Amino acid sequence: MEFAELIKTPRADNVVLHRPFHLAVEGTLCLTGHHLIFSSRRQDNAEELWLLHSNIDSIEKRFVGSLGTIVIKCKDLRIIQLDIPGMEECLNIASSIEALSTLDSVTLMYPFFYRPMFEVLEDGWSSFLLEQEFELLSSVTNEWRLSCVNKEFSVCPSYPPVVIVPKSIDDEALRKVALFRYGGRFPVLSYYHKKNGMAMMRSSQPLTGTNGRRCKEDEKLINATLRSGRRGFVIDTRPLTVAQQARAKGGGFEQEVHYPQWRRIHKYIERFHILQESFIKLVEACNDQSHNMDRWLSKLEASNWLTHIKELLTAACLAAQCIDREGASVLVHGSEGTDSTLQVTSLAQIILDPRCRTIRGFEALVVREWLQAGHPFQQRCAQSAYSNSKQKWEAPVFLLFLECVWQIHRQFPCSFEFNEHFLILLFEHAYASQFGTFLGNNESERAKLKLPQKTMSLWSWVNRPDELSRFQNPLYEANSLVIWPSVAPQSLQLWEGIFLRWNRPSRFLEEAEEERIHIIKYNKELQAKVNALRRQLAEMETDGEVQ
Amino acid sequence: QVENVKLLDRYASRKAASGTLYLTATHLIYVDASAEVRKETWILHHHISSVEKLPLTTAGYPLLIHCKNFHVAHFVIGQERDCHDVFTSLLKLSQPAKPEELYAFSYNPKMSKESREMGWKLIDLKLDYQRMGIPNDSWEITDINKDYEVCSTYPPEIVVPRAATKAVVMGSSRFRSRGRIPVLSYLYKENNAALCRCSQPLAGFSARCLEDEQMLQAIREANPGCPFMYVVDTRPKLNAMANRAAGKGYENEDNYENIRFKFIGIENIHVMRSSLQKLLEVCEMKSPSMSDFLTGLENSGWLRHIKAVMDAGVFLAKAVREERASVLVHCSDGWDRTAQVCSLASLLLDPFYRTFKGFMVLIEKEWIAMGHKFSHRCGHLDGDPKEVSPVFTQFVECVWQLMQQFPCSFEFSERFLLEIHDHVYSCQFGNFLGTCHRDREELRIFEKTHSLWPFLLQRKQELRNPLYRGFTAYKELQPNTLPFSFQFWCGMYNRFDKGMHPKQCVLDRLLSCLSHRLTLEDSAAQLENKLPVLDGPLPSKGCASPKAGAAAAKAPTPPQDCAEGAAPVLSNGPSLGHQKHKESSAQPRDL
Repeated sequence: MEFAELIKTPRADNVVLHRPFHLAVEGTLCLTGHHLIFSSRRQDNAEELWLLHSNIDSIEKRFVGSLGTIVIKCKDLRIIQLDIPGMEECLNIASSIEALSTLDSVTLMYPFFYRPMFEVLEDGWSSFLLEQEFELLSSVTNEWRLSCVNKEFSVCPSYPPVVIVPKSIDDEALRKVALFRYGGRFPVLSYYHKKNGMAMMRSSQPLTGTNGRRCKEDEKLINATLRSGRRGFVIDTRPLTVAQQARAKGGGFEQEVHYPQWRRIHKYIERFHILQESFIKLVEACNDQSHNMDRWLSKLEASNWLTHIKELLTAACLAAQCIDREGASVLVHGSEGTDSTLQVTSLAQIILDPRCRTIRGFEALVVREWLQAGHPFQQRCAQSAYSNSKQKWEAPVFLLFLECVWQIHRQFPCSFEFNEHFLILLFEHAYASQFGTFLGNNESERAKLKLPQKTMSLWSWVNRPDELSRFQNPLYEANSLVIWPSVAPQSLQLWEGIFLRWNRPSRFLEEAEEERIHIIKYNKELQAKVNALRRQLAEMETDGEVQ
Repeated sequence: QVENVKLLDRYASRKAASGTLYLTATHLIYVDASAEVRKETWILHHHISSVEKLPLTTAGYPLLIHCKNFHVAHFVIGQERDCHDVFTSLLKLSQPAKPEELYAFSYNPKMSKESREMGWKLIDLKLDYQRMGIPNDSWEITDINKDYEVCSTYPPEIVVPRAATKAVVMGSSRFRSRGRIPVLSYLYKENNAALCRCSQPLAGFSARCLEDEQMLQAIREANPGCPFMYVVDTRPKLNAMANRAAGKGYENEDNYENIRFKFIGIENIHVMRSSLQKLLEVCEMKSPSMSDFLTGLENSGWLRHIKAVMDAGVFLAKAVREERASVLVHCSDGWDRTAQVCSLASLLLDPFYRTFKGFMVLIEKEWIAMGHKFSHRCGHLDGDPKEVSPVFTQFVECVWQLMQQFPCSFEFSERFLLEIHDHVYSCQFGNFLGTCHRDREELRIFEKTHSLWPFLLQRKQELRNPLYRGFTAYKELQPNTLPFSFQFWCGMYNRFDKGMHPKQCVLDRLLSCLSHRLTLEDSAAQLENKLPVLDGPLPSKGCASPKAGAAAAKAPTPPQDCAEGAAPVLSNGPSLGHQKHKESSAQPRDL
């Protein structure tokens, strides 16, 4: 397909761009296959706005006489307005944007056309291989092995080709377990707590059905993570009633008779469409310009967004607590094991593992626990809060995770190597990107699309020193401890950096950030200077002695 | 002294501390015996707002103490007799009947008479008027009130238009509730627009007063750049109208030349008192859900009131700055809402008031001198509980809300605000005693007590804002007042629930950087002096000049990290034990 077919009016002059907190600018609008480009005509301060079509969540048009107005609502929650003279031009442009922002085929997406203008220092596609992760693990324990049972994605289509499993379980057993778990997602290692050797595993629900089917290999697999005589915890992210109902559809949960060494805890975490609705309501509340405080607070409450944040953090704390405090191994799952399960396991690692709080470590976590673990990004992030499509598979699952990280970050502002902008960046790229990283729903799809060969990885770009410096937290000091966040409502805040980002002036907050950076940086420079001087002095003294 | 007392933590999941309770003349002191490190909790008697005996529990006799600085302490005392004794003592100690019993009259920081007197001279309001260019052609400082003949609750010296004769002043004072005539609060030098304040007129349904009309005319004409002036009544219209029946009320636009009259609906002290009460109930809830908390926050109306005060301040500042119009503000008596909005508008207009010294001046000027009844509003003495209201607390919160939006524009940090708020209630210093200047003279606070301000200035290093960009960086502030710009102030209302606060403190970290910076700069300078060849200037701007006789270079200590790795697990939400319990009750169904 040629994009040109979709672009009836590639260019319009005398277009006026309106954005909150900016003066209206007049300029020229151009449409290309993947971008909407607006450039102001002002010579002195030429301003350009490049917007990916894939970032456009919804578009509205209206007319006053022959002046058309298009309101574009983006997946990053920004809203812009374009006044376009000429009804035909406006209609053409609107329909082109609509078509270009809703392309069906993944291979038509921008990452397949994007040619980077930077030198690739490290190919992000191979930056975070599970093999490397396993090597690290092998240096502290030999209870685990790397299994290639899923090499052809035949055992579990949503798992990566290699997974880490208990050493005592062979591939044959894994195949059997896969048949007993929804979508073939047999229990695999998610995190190994070096401090006490406890493990966190994740899977999908067991297919016990109404007649209480069991699978000896499954029992053996998860029991292999237990120390003799010790109990483990199964954290089921569904309420008991839902788990029970799931049996009617062939699903189920681990029954005590067959898993006597395991205690099951049901910690309910909301599912897709509920979360999506909550997201839509919250964004609607944040965009409400009315001056009524009661209305704002009641809308904030009614959105339930912060409730979901609190529940999620509570569940993550629970999992971390089982491992660190109770000294027990943990298995986490919900139904499919691709959403709430991953939220819990990845957040628990943020709490437990200092490495996950570094930039590199956090990237590795996102790759391991979200991308390789088969979170269906393409489905979940197809649309954002302005879309009317309301498909049941769309849900801000990843955004909720990022926000929980932000909440922990706010409570431990010196324990993270990255800053808030890094989290916002990941949110943006999960929804619309020039990079191929978040395309596809799992590793199998990514392999079929040949993403590593045909697209650039986000990590190739972000890990360049130039870029990386923008995402560094000046206050960071490595903190090797477990960090327990407070989940009291008073301790949780709305993530302004995402939800109020476009609705408030940012100048004063940016200046505060600059000031913080300056204070720390200046001290570091001074310290370096003092050290250098001292060295110099010491050298001179020894020289003197020698003479 | 009572042995074997338990102090309960708000979170039942934690073990209660056990220790000894002491009552001194000024403080209740609790010493925790169970902790390895000696841990003390000090509660000033004056800070106690209520003491309650709760029903007997298995652990003993509980005593619940609420403080005016929002500290809540839950003690459990073994013996009923002890509990009752503590209870009655605290009741007496926390609400003295006579002003002489207040802490300020016994507080003795071992300071010479001279420095004590110097302390009272630290803030000179005349200097602030001078800063505004007063006296000038239009405004004068007059001592017409030296015998409190104009108004008993105003200070002896007030600023009025030069054009207003004594007859006009006296006439106007008879037409204003409690004689609180229009006086200048702040003059915006750039355009001569003035912010003035007074109480409501005794207008009833039809009364008028020529002198009062002349007074307003004089104010308007003192600002030739604008043909009109605003008269702002900060009350809701309904309240103002109801006042007419009592012979009070508001200005009739027909009687005053070129005024634009406007109501701004800030609620009265009773509404504010009950709003705070509701807010505190929300803050004290045990393990509330998010929904409970947000609904409670909404129902308390607290943030709505804060926004109303802020909106009013923004309106005044905008009228002065953008419309170049003078504004006369009043409420009923002109000492609560009027004080809030005038001081807030001044703070928005003038960066001086965002410095340590300036903020002290602002409080002295708009609150203390102009007769905000601290003694009644804060319940310093045993008195009418209906007079108590968090009017000043709301002002302090508005300043905090501004700090959130403009983190680099205040010289001081949140801690300075909390410190002042504490001392408004502590009665440790004379500044906030009594209800007005005359009252304080009669109490002889200037002879018998100390002023708070020098004590706070001494602690400037710990109370400052490391992000402050200086006096000239931001002129006027134009805050966003959309509802989402207002946050719940956990640091105030849940200040003593440490578990709720960020576990690492950016403020501490930056402050320690700043103090460490000086050491480093000294070391660098010293080392440079020792080296024959200079190594070039220090890395960037803002470095202090090398100090002579600086301390020998010490090995730098890394900044304090307040991360608490061994922090208790969940400060809120279900504990593991609870979960287990739920689980076991669910098991029979499975089998």
